[in-house]
Amino acid sequence: MPANNTTGPAVVVAAPPGELTAFDNAKRFLRTKPLGTAGAIILVLMVVVAIFAPSIAPHDPYSIRQDKLFIAPFSSAEFILGTDDMGRDLASRLIYGARISLYVGLLSTLLGSVVGAFLGLAGGYWGGWIDNIIQRFMDILLAFPMLVLAMAVVASLGPSSNNVIVAIAAVMLPRSARVVRSSALSIKEMLYVEAAKVTGCSNWRISLRHVLPNCLAPFIILVTAQLGGAILIEASLSFLGLGVPPPEPSWGAMLTGAARFYVYKAPWMAIFPGVAISLAVFGFNLFGDGLRDILDPRLREERGKGGERKGLAVSEEVKHHRREST
Amino acid sequence: MGHFIIRRLLLMIPVLIGVSVIVFVLMRVIPGDIALLLAGDHATEERLEEIRQELGLKKPLHQQYAGWLWGVCRLDFGKSMWSGETVLSEIARRFPLTLQLALMTTLITVAISIPVGVICAIRQDSAKDYVLRVFAISGLSLPSFWIGILIIMALVAAFRWAPPLGYVNIWEDPSKNMQILIWPAIAVGFRQAAIQARMSRSCMLEVLRQDYIRTAWAKGLREKTVVIRHALKNALLPVITIIGVEFAFLFGGLVVTEAVFTLPGVGRYLVDAIHHRDYTVIQAIVLIMAVIVSVANLAVDIIYGWVDPRVRLQ
Repeated sequence: MPANNTTGPAVVVAAPPGELTAFDNAKRFLRTKPLGTAGAIILVLMVVVAIFAPSIAPHDPYSIRQDKLFIAPFSSAEFILGTDDMGRDLASRLIYGARISLYVGLLSTLLGSVVGAFLGLAGGYWGGWIDNIIQRFMDILLAFPMLVLAMAVVASLGPSSNNVIVAIAAVMLPRSARVVRSSALSIKEMLYVEAAKVTGCSNWRISLRHVLPNCLAPFIILVTAQLGGAILIEASLSFLGLGVPPPEPSWGAMLTGAARFYVYKAPWMAIFPGVAISLAVFGFNLFGDGLRDILDPRLREERGKGGERKGLAVSEEVKHHRREST
Repeated sequence: MGHFIIRRLLLMIPVLIGVSVIVFVLMRVIPGDIALLLAGDHATEERLEEIRQELGLKKPLHQQYAGWLWGVCRLDFGKSMWSGETVLSEIARRFPLTLQLALMTTLITVAISIPVGVICAIRQDSAKDYVLRVFAISGLSLPSFWIGILIIMALVAAFRWAPPLGYVNIWEDPSKNMQILIWPAIAVGFRQAAIQARMSRSCMLEVLRQDYIRTAWAKGLREKTVVIRHALKNALLPVITIIGVEFAFLFGGLVVTEAVFTLPGVGRYLVDAIHHRDYTVIQAIVLIMAVIVSVANLAVDIIYGWVDPRVRLQ
């Protein structure tokens, strides 16, 4: 081979080999994970609907019109999805409901996950009695069934959207702490952390600058998984009358009360909000699953001799299940 | 083995104490003046003092906590502020229904998820795998209370029949009892099964890759023998432990289901108590549920330690 490759065909070098940018990862995601992409599309649609609700919604979701009670869906152009027992347009209420679900779901998940992450990082990195105390506290929180804990916090603090956010955050907190802690534990042993210590980095700097960013992948996976759960819990709380207080059109609240009373006369009142909830959670779960497959190499499926897909590592699956099944 | 059990038991005690502290703080400390909440805004000062005396609210907090905890250890949860009956009797009245519902739900979950998961593991090909994955995620996504509503709607629309109202004990009228309870059990069980099927599939796959299974194949054993006699037992262990934990968490999940199907169980009682601001009841139910979950976790840990010696030595 000639030392100077000046006479060969022109070689086009697109980008320096090595680091994959986020953009590359995103493109890979779109290509290889159709389900995840579908989930992402649903999410984006939901966010758009929530943000532009006032422009998109055909009617005011709160206005009661006695002359327009119980209009069936798809029967009139004015009220596409029908009206409820108070003459309120269902489509508009669903659109505004997206705002509540997203607002409460996102904020509570972020709050719970971030606080949990810091606690998990502290425990995992520092170890010792700090870790012990934080672990016990997480065990205590995990002893309560998710919905029951949220209900107890709402019962204690009173019904308001902020209290619902705190309640759901309390549920998310221990799970997030666990994940980040186990990440921190394994990263702590890595060589670059030891190198940082040797060069004299303070503990603070090591944990925040070196350990934390590498915990991010499992953390992001957890957050997307928990977002779906948060929306479900919010819907359940609203269904039980313990969520965001009326007249806010929360999807869960739309499924109780009048919707159940008139379920044989106006079944659409009970169907559409449920579809909305399911679609939203479905989207988050699909997206989270796709993200997990891409970001977590331990879960990547092995290919057998004939190219058939083999299996997923059980321990990861078990851990993942225990996180999200409740 | 004894050491293992004792160690786990000792670990459970601070958790239980912590649970009781949190429950107490949530229900006694944070809501503020309970007397005011109970009596309403127009109550006289004497009435408020009366209530405070009755509930022992004048004592310092740690005394109140100690008193409450001591009562709990003797199974005395106080009286319901709403009905005046003892909390224990109210809960005991409703507990059999919730317990039966939890058992039936777990049964349905296991009956569906294990065969489905195992079959999908044996017949592993992409189409079924995909379908199972979508099925599992839909199970996660559909709210169980909505499934319950849909089931009732479907029953009425298709068969012109709705589950009878008015719960009866299984010993009194088994057929009516089943008619009432089978539907919520299906609603929740199906959803849980979708999630568990994935789990049992992974566990089965993991076992099928082991060397001793390869030996079994090499010996020329039939597929049925390999799967059932050799693989299944080992695959089932993690599945069963998860089911054990699920069973405890079910008690929380059933809260919503009982609300949908209007069943007079412990879950619905909790919701009603919250609406009535019946704090003694809320305290008791939340505490009991947390204890059930902790005990179930402990039982699962012990079973795991008994079967798998590596866990014991950790």
